[in-house]
Amino acid sequence: MKNAIKKLFRGGLGQLTIPLVAIALLAIFNLIRDPGFFSIGIAHNSNGNAVLSGNIISIINGASELAILAIGMTLVTAACGGQDISVGAAAAIAGSVFVKVLKSASSINGGTVLLAFLLSCIVAMLFGAFNGTLVAVFKIQPMIATLILYTCGRSIAYWINGGATPTISNSILSAIGGFIPGIPLPTPVIIVVVMAILFKLLFHFTSLELFTQSVGINGGAARLNGINPTFIKLLSFVLLGACVSVAGCIGVSRLGLINHETLLLDIEMDAILAVAIGGNSLGGGRFKIIGSILGAYIIQTLTITLYAMKVSSTDVKAYKAIVIVLLVVIGSPVVKQRFTKFMTRLAENRKKVSAKGAEE
Amino acid sequence: MKNLLKRKEPLTDTQLLMTITIGIFCIMYILAMVLLGGGFLRAQQIFDMLNDNASLIIVSCGLTIVMIGGGIDISVGAVTSLVVMSCAIYLNKGGNIFVSVLLAIGIGLAFGLVQGFLISYLEIQPFIVTLAGMFFARGMTTILSVDPQKVTHKGFLNLHNNKEIRIRWLGHRVPNGNIIPAEMEFGVVIALIIVIIVFLLLKFGRLGRNFYAMGGNQQSALMLGINVKKTRFLSYVICGFLSGISGYVFLMHTAAGNATNAAGMEMNAIASSIIGGTLLTGGVGNVIGTFFGVMSLTTIKKIVVSSGLNDPWWQSITTGGMLCFFILLQSVVLGRRQKRKNK
Amino acid sequence: MQEECLLTMRGIEKRFPGVLALNGVDFSLRKGEIHALMGENGAGKSTLIKVLTGVYQMDGGEIRLSGENIVIRSPEDAQNKGISTVYQEITLCPNLTVSENMFIGRKSGFVIRHKDREKRADEILKRLGIPARSTQLLGNCSLAVQQMVAIARAVDMQCKVLILDEPTSSLDDNEVQMLFKLMRDLRGQGVGIIFVTHFLEQVYEVSDRITVLRNGELVGEYLTEELPQVQLVSKMIGKELEELSNLGDSEDNRIMAQEVFYEAKGLSSTEAMPFDFSIRKGEVNGFTGLLGSGRSESVRAIFGADKVNGGTVTVKGKPVKITRPVEAMKHGIGYLAEDRKRDGIIADLSVRENIILALQVMNGIFKPISRSESEAFADEYIKALNIKTASRETPVGSLSGGNQQKVILARWLLTHPDYLILDEPTRGIDVGTKLEIQKLVLKLAEEGVSVTFISSEVEEMLRTCSRLIVMRDRHIVGELTGKDLNQTQVMKTIAGGEG
Repeated sequence: MKNAIKKLFRGGLGQLTIPLVAIALLAIFNLIRDPGFFSIGIAHNSNGNAVLSGNIISIINGASELAILAIGMTLVTAACGGQDISVGAAAAIAGSVFVKVLKSASSINGGTVLLAFLLSCIVAMLFGAFNGTLVAVFKIQPMIATLILYTCGRSIAYWINGGATPTISNSILSAIGGFIPGIPLPTPVIIVVVMAILFKLLFHFTSLELFTQSVGINGGAARLNGINPTFIKLLSFVLLGACVSVAGCIGVSRLGLINHETLLLDIEMDAILAVAIGGNSLGGGRFKIIGSILGAYIIQTLTITLYAMKVSSTDVKAYKAIVIVLLVVIGSPVVKQRFTKFMTRLAENRKKVSAKGAEE
Repeated sequence: MKNLLKRKEPLTDTQLLMTITIGIFCIMYILAMVLLGGGFLRAQQIFDMLNDNASLIIVSCGLTIVMIGGGIDISVGAVTSLVVMSCAIYLNKGGNIFVSVLLAIGIGLAFGLVQGFLISYLEIQPFIVTLAGMFFARGMTTILSVDPQKVTHKGFLNLHNNKEIRIRWLGHRVPNGNIIPAEMEFGVVIALIIVIIVFLLLKFGRLGRNFYAMGGNQQSALMLGINVKKTRFLSYVICGFLSGISGYVFLMHTAAGNATNAAGMEMNAIASSIIGGTLLTGGVGNVIGTFFGVMSLTTIKKIVVSSGLNDPWWQSITTGGMLCFFILLQSVVLGRRQKRKNK
Repeated sequence: MQEECLLTMRGIEKRFPGVLALNGVDFSLRKGEIHALMGENGAGKSTLIKVLTGVYQMDGGEIRLSGENIVIRSPEDAQNKGISTVYQEITLCPNLTVSENMFIGRKSGFVIRHKDREKRADEILKRLGIPARSTQLLGNCSLAVQQMVAIARAVDMQCKVLILDEPTSSLDDNEVQMLFKLMRDLRGQGVGIIFVTHFLEQVYEVSDRITVLRNGELVGEYLTEELPQVQLVSKMIGKELEELSNLGDSEDNRIMAQEVFYEAKGLSSTEAMPFDFSIRKGEVNGFTGLLGSGRSESVRAIFGADKVNGGTVTVKGKPVKITRPVEAMKHGIGYLAEDRKRDGIIADLSVRENIILALQVMNGIFKPISRSESEAFADEYIKALNIKTASRETPVGSLSGGNQQKVILARWLLTHPDYLILDEPTRGIDVGTKLEIQKLVLKLAEEGVSVTFISSEVEEMLRTCSRLIVMRDRHIVGELTGKDLNQTQVMKTIAGGEG
């Protein structure tokens, strides 16, 4: 365990400095403001299960969809040097397919839920492949290519629902969106952990990480080393598609209904932000999934903190923006350079002053 | 004659893409006139499209400038919304109309200056900066007021109510023999003037040509002695300024501030610019194309409504389809050009 | 030193992380002269020029222009002071017209009168004999014309100092003559021209004076007529390289006894004209010819780097199809690309990751090399090739050019290739590393690896190759072996028997 921590620090502290500092600052701020902010209690939910409750739990629970999308977004960003702005719309489509299949099933049981999820996953991956084809084959910038689905995705979701916002209530779904009886941790959190482990395994048992980074940093050189950049880019979009369907299904299960307009609204912007706050370059190349997940939790911590300070949910954005700008300004290489220069000059001046003092 | 033709230069990428856009817009509109008739046969249809989209046209002009310079600004819609809300509240508190215009421009400029500074001089990625700008503007709008603010200022309402310019000879005859003149809002005039000014700036202004140079190849622009940082900074300042004006035009159209005003406008503006032939990579584009981009987007929506596809989803699905068509077309056309050039 | 000194640079120093690129270099340019700046790749020519044009800030030394001490802050600043540059890679905007490229970025009013500018541009183009129209889009002009437009721009800016950095590398003979005429005209008008080129004949044709740099240091300044070509070459290369002797004839016999490893008949790609080629096991051969003669394009076709159009290929006597790099790699071919930065290194990845990249691709995506294994590989090759790096996890982009090249070499050696194509492996790296790489090539050949070697420096190729394939105008024009392998013969063949 100690070794693992050491490794983490040695391997990735450079990139993870900003997100870790941000989390620490937020934590300290909250502790000063309200020492009980981080207390975790046990509450009983409507089903009578003993579950954990508290701000930490609601942060990591609420950030689940975001964290999952951030994982996929990191891959796309790394391979293509651009972002997918259609993830929210695609998640609405995935959620709609999920609900549609469940609604048309005669009874909802574990099997049908799995089937519905797989179908929604396939649909989301197909849309991912559509985006990926535009980017990888037609060489269109990701943001432009995904603007298409961003524009019409939520309408497609509406169309799948036949112009309704159907509700669906079932114990399996509430277990997915809430708590599994007997387990005090929210299920979405567990799903995030599972997804993170799955991607970790993917990177462990394949050399996808190396290939993706190579393509993102220098696609031409990667091709001359036998890597197929088109395939890698396409694959990144398809994997993001899988993440999108997971996030969409969690979102639907949480609410017990599919609303094409509001499901994971504006989450694409947060997901891109999570990638950037996690220290990943939006221009592609080197990436750390863990950074993006941290980024997602930072965004959610910020939101919950603001809620706790009685900021209304619509106003949160303004404060969030200020924190984001502060974070990126601190992280900006120009600022860092200026700062170092300033510090060295300061030190020199001090030397001069002390030298003068000594003379006198 | 032959000589004349020979001396003509081949179309530049900008001109080619713009020509395609205008051509497709004309074909679309003529088809609509022939197949759907009705409203499309009246001049008022075009004026309606302009009236509803004057502020979108202005915002798209600003965005086109930024995109030609190789950047992106996704805060424009939110800034428009913030301007609408601030001016509405200010006017309702008994403010002066002239000052409200200054307020609109001031807010727009402030966003342009700050974002431009962060992007050009601190070299932060434009997407993140303007995303934060968008969040900030949207948040500020709701902080100002969550409830809709109907403007009650008398002077402004007079302006709002008498703002139409009536053009009789473009009007249409109703069954009882009277002629209803075509109506155009004052905001449209502002929008059209801005299109022309920006067109001239990009074509004949030193600054405008620097935008193209910077977007075409930043390194080259630097080597040619262009102050790239300042140029980039100015592109965002102009864009912010236009967002401010766009907000005021929006308010003149609706006479009410609402937290959801101009929702999704940034993406509509980006889509319009792209359809008009502006490339996100920079160096290629034109506001005339952007103008027709806005008109094409609106026309397709009108066509969907007129042809009886009443389900609410068809509008955006066809919009998406059209966007896809244009993006692919541009990719193929430019790709083929590139290949030919290499040979 | 009676002539008026237009520009003097004294004791110029420029440091990059880990490298001293310029070490106290002096340079002076007189009014109305063409001054050739010579040196091998990596000698510091480009750095010196970038200091002079404000792209880099010098770390020491002084620059005087017309007797005044000046500091050059940016390219804009240099232009305003009368120092104009035409770079090897064209630095104009392809999306603007010719006339705009000539006038943009210069002091002017806020409103541009295109018609006036076009008229003026046409006049200048006509006067200088440049075959372009002012209204033409620059991107639609040939590279040569683009280069000339850049010169026209500089001329119109009344520059005092004109720097031409490898202006002739993409021009044909006629265009070169046109350019030289232009240069002589400008010299007549009192402009000082700094001319950087690889082509020795051109230096002797057009220049008045030569300054030679080596390894970031000044070797000396000479009048062109007083410095014979052979001496110039020896000054550029230095004496250190003489320790490697040419391969003997016995080597040829050993190689002829080996089987043919790779053979191509009528191979062509989108970039390369059809050509025949073969190489035996353990043979070192080379493609030579001027830049743009098609030597790089040919080896790229062998590796499948460009789209292959036709031809038949056999590897070890079996017909195979190689259309993509990965297929070439599967048949044991490795390729070190000409442009290290663009096609070779993955700059942000670590030395370790760069080294295992090709092997990983050959293993396939589902068989990742474990961390410990890759560390072992990296350590082994860092030691074997003497790669100077802080650690195996250092990003390869922060290494010096020579060490980057070694990393790429390590990458291919790790795949244990049967046939290695090295395109300009010694470009822009220090002499010591050059020697190491040459020795390595010969050692590989002894171990039975076939190597195709390309270098701009003929001497280097003569030392390593037992057979030279000479190319001109995208065609193979000759093959030299045995006794014919000498500088004169190579030059003759390149020039087409006349030189």
